[in-house]
Amino acid sequence: MALQTSKRVSTWIGGFLFVVPSIAAVAIFVYGMIAWTVRISMTDRISASIKEPKFVGLQNYTNLLSDTRFTHAFENLVKFTFVFIVGTTIAGFIMALLLEKGIKGEGFFRSFYLYPLAISFIAMGTVWNWLLNSNVDADAGGLNLLLQKVGLGFLQNSWYLSENGAAYALALPAIWQMAGYVLALFLAGFRGIPDDLREAARVDGASESKIYRYVLFPQLTPTLFTVLIILGHVSMKVFDLIIGINGKSYVTQVVAVYMWESTFDQRNYAKGTAIAVVLLLLIALIIIPYLRWVIKQENENR
Amino acid sequence: MTAELLEKKPTASANKRKRSGKEQFWLIFRYASLTFIWFLIVMPIYVLVVNSLKGVKDVYLVNAFDLPKSLDFSAWPVSWSGGDYFSAFSLGESMSRTLFFVVQSSIISAIIGSINGYVFAKWKFPGSNIVFTLFLFGMFIPYQAVMIPLVQLVTNMGINKSIYVLVMAHVIYGIPICTLIFRNYYASIPDELIEAGLVDKASRVRIYTSIILPLSLPAFVVVLIWQFTSAWNDFLFAIFLTGGSPKLSVATTTLNFITGSSNQVFYGLNMTASLIVSLPTLIVYIFLGRYFLRGLLSGSLKG
Repeated sequence: MALQTSKRVSTWIGGFLFVVPSIAAVAIFVYGMIAWTVRISMTDRISASIKEPKFVGLQNYTNLLSDTRFTHAFENLVKFTFVFIVGTTIAGFIMALLLEKGIKGEGFFRSFYLYPLAISFIAMGTVWNWLLNSNVDADAGGLNLLLQKVGLGFLQNSWYLSENGAAYALALPAIWQMAGYVLALFLAGFRGIPDDLREAARVDGASESKIYRYVLFPQLTPTLFTVLIILGHVSMKVFDLIIGINGKSYVTQVVAVYMWESTFDQRNYAKGTAIAVVLLLLIALIIIPYLRWVIKQENENR
Repeated sequence: MTAELLEKKPTASANKRKRSGKEQFWLIFRYASLTFIWFLIVMPIYVLVVNSLKGVKDVYLVNAFDLPKSLDFSAWPVSWSGGDYFSAFSLGESMSRTLFFVVQSSIISAIIGSINGYVFAKWKFPGSNIVFTLFLFGMFIPYQAVMIPLVQLVTNMGINKSIYVLVMAHVIYGIPICTLIFRNYYASIPDELIEAGLVDKASRVRIYTSIILPLSLPAFVVVLIWQFTSAWNDFLFAIFLTGGSPKLSVATTTLNFITGSSNQVFYGLNMTASLIVSLPTLIVYIFLGRYFLRGLLSGSLKG
């Protein structure tokens, strides 16, 4: 390849100099700040009054394990993630399935299906707060009222105020927002399958359902993998959605919200950074293999 | 790649034939399902719109879905200016301030992204692929993992109440995605174009300004829209770096509107304020949705 980097410095040094500022910025503000975060998380800076923090090793991390508020937030995050990933994947996949063959008005439906992605969750917090209101029967508004109107009144519940279902309930607005993303990924996945595959199966006399089952769906496995990774990492970061709807109330706290509370209300930077590092590790656990996979694919396609 | 695939229409061999009864059934089924989903997706924004037209006080949960009895726009100017209800915040002021910094950071991001993208795609240096991968990882990190040192830094420097901190934050943490979008876009430009320039003894910089840059408009639109939308909707940086100051950025203003504004909650104003702050990104989406989608998909590294 002609543009392969040659050994001669004069050919590449100019380009390198152009990106040095960005490299420095990323090195300092991404990796440097992460290192600094890790450092704070190993000190006893548990309140604003501690001016000269001492090194305490992993103590803040072991404290998290016995901190019931943290384990509660973590449990909420797991529940939320489960419903969010399963719900969004299924919803987005169904939408893609309905659209993939091409249908009159596809552009219209698609634009509407994707618009929630452009809106901030703080702004949508008010309305979801209403829609998920816990009043039932005569006092009901929001989804509970809607359920009554369509004759599904027995499904009414107290949503994010319910004792065990709070985290599940908040997955609903998250599904509403992200389903369009999954739709776009799957739709592109369907359209990336060569038409000959479908035609060949048709010529062989395969029924439509068999074509989907045995020809098309297996081709979408990489797309599904992408979807799960993206949703997984979005889910672990979930923050403004929760704040917008229910503030930092205990029932709906997830890891990111608890981190914010520890940092701002308690001024406990040691705890705040330890939680942030846990979050980072969880995300790195799924993102690093994903990056390797994507890069390997890119190299193979070259 | 992915975004282009969306536009590719499948071959309509099956549709050309006269439809059998079974196919007719499935077509109706598909339209019915699509319409049902459409209602679900539109519903929250419908609630926002109808309740912003009911005035300041006539807004109650039990009639959330009802159309307004008569059109009453009185909640709009009150939300915009704060009025007697929210003397502390004016949405209008905070929106123009946010617009100002969001536009600035988007433009700076696009310029940086374009230069970086060119180098990573067409002017590689030893180790550039590794550096690029390290950039990519920076795109996925939870910003909580850098936030506390950042807060300490801006507080020590005494700039924690400045809007420029947010410009800096969005530019710096936007470097990975902006570089990625431009790099992928430039990678699709044939190497022959560059080689032709080199044969003509044009410098690499010259090739960038006279060959690459004129081709870059679509990528600029994608990055500008992406950075605009994410900075406008950003809440995390705003709340951490400005100490939650309600006046500084539109996200924190909105939050204050919704929660801590006064003893009495006026839902009409909340709904209207939420709708107003959503309008800029919604308008951008309506007119340039296709470019927005590209930015979105590149975030999955599959763009």
